[in-house]
Amino acid sequence: MDLASAKMIGAGLACIALVGAGIGIGNVFSSLISAVARNPAAQAQVQPFAFLGFALAEATGLFGLAIAFLILFVF
Amino acid sequence: MALELHPLEQFKVEPLIPLHIAGLDVSYTNAALFMTVAVVLITMLLVLGTRRGALVPSRWQSVAEMSYEFVADMVETNAGHGAEPYFPFIFTLFMFVLSANLLGLIPYSFTVTSQIIVTFALAAAVFIGVTIIGFIKHGAHFLRLFVPEGVPIVLLLLLVPIEILSYFIRPFTLSIRLFANMLAGHTMLAIFGGFAASVGLLALLPVALDVAIYALEVLVAALQAYVFAILTCLYLRDALHMH
Repeated sequence: MDLASAKMIGAGLACIALVGAGIGIGNVFSSLISAVARNPAAQAQVQPFAFLGFALAEATGLFGLAIAFLILFVF
Repeated sequence: MALELHPLEQFKVEPLIPLHIAGLDVSYTNAALFMTVAVVLITMLLVLGTRRGALVPSRWQSVAEMSYEFVADMVETNAGHGAEPYFPFIFTLFMFVLSANLLGLIPYSFTVTSQIIVTFALAAAVFIGVTIIGFIKHGAHFLRLFVPEGVPIVLLLLLVPIEILSYFIRPFTLSIRLFANMLAGHTMLAIFGGFAASVGLLALLPVALDVAIYALEVLVAALQAYVFAILTCLYLRDALHMH
């Protein structure tokens, strides 16, 4: 296997990390929706936590995406 | 498909005013320029915005007051009592990261927070500072932070190393989170921009996508500054109150 194709495969594999980010972000917002649907008065209290959770979940996926970019464009 | 893409070129640090002192390269770079711009903008917003001190605030004054109140509220709820002396530091941190992130979104500008050394320096300052505060407040008792209460001794053998590891990994996760967000977002914008330049008439598609990603990036820029500040508050709470 030559280096160019190995890089492509490696970058593709690194992007699998985004599966986790997708599941995490979906989970955060589905929980937010069900929480607000049960108790609309709590929206102001829980929304900052939801966005904090969204940012943390998204960041973990982006670690993988950053690795993919590094493989493709740096090495 | 042979695309000439160089999406990482935008992160290149270039010296604007070359300067060498005692064998050290201390050139004034584009990164330093945008840090200066960020600091000047924050200072202008806060100094000029609050100069009048009107009871009915102007737009500038409202922005300055809102950002102050936002961070003050965050420190109070997340860092607990006794964190008031550290509010100026967290406010500075938040405003610097926020304005560096937002400045980076201007086309052809430079994103300071996409350099890992910048974010790591910020995170390391937080980590070292918080650890010192913890030892000053609690002395050797601060080490109890690594020992969860009410846990059987057998489990402690497993939990203590995990706690220690999760403590020392903090500066790395804190810095890489911000850095990776900025790097990935800006690289993505550049890649789709490169697509638009190479596909001719179909260019509308990647440009539309770029607009959507840009909107997400504005959200991410603000959110990551918030996350950076709020995690600093939480680490500070650990040091001040031990759980």
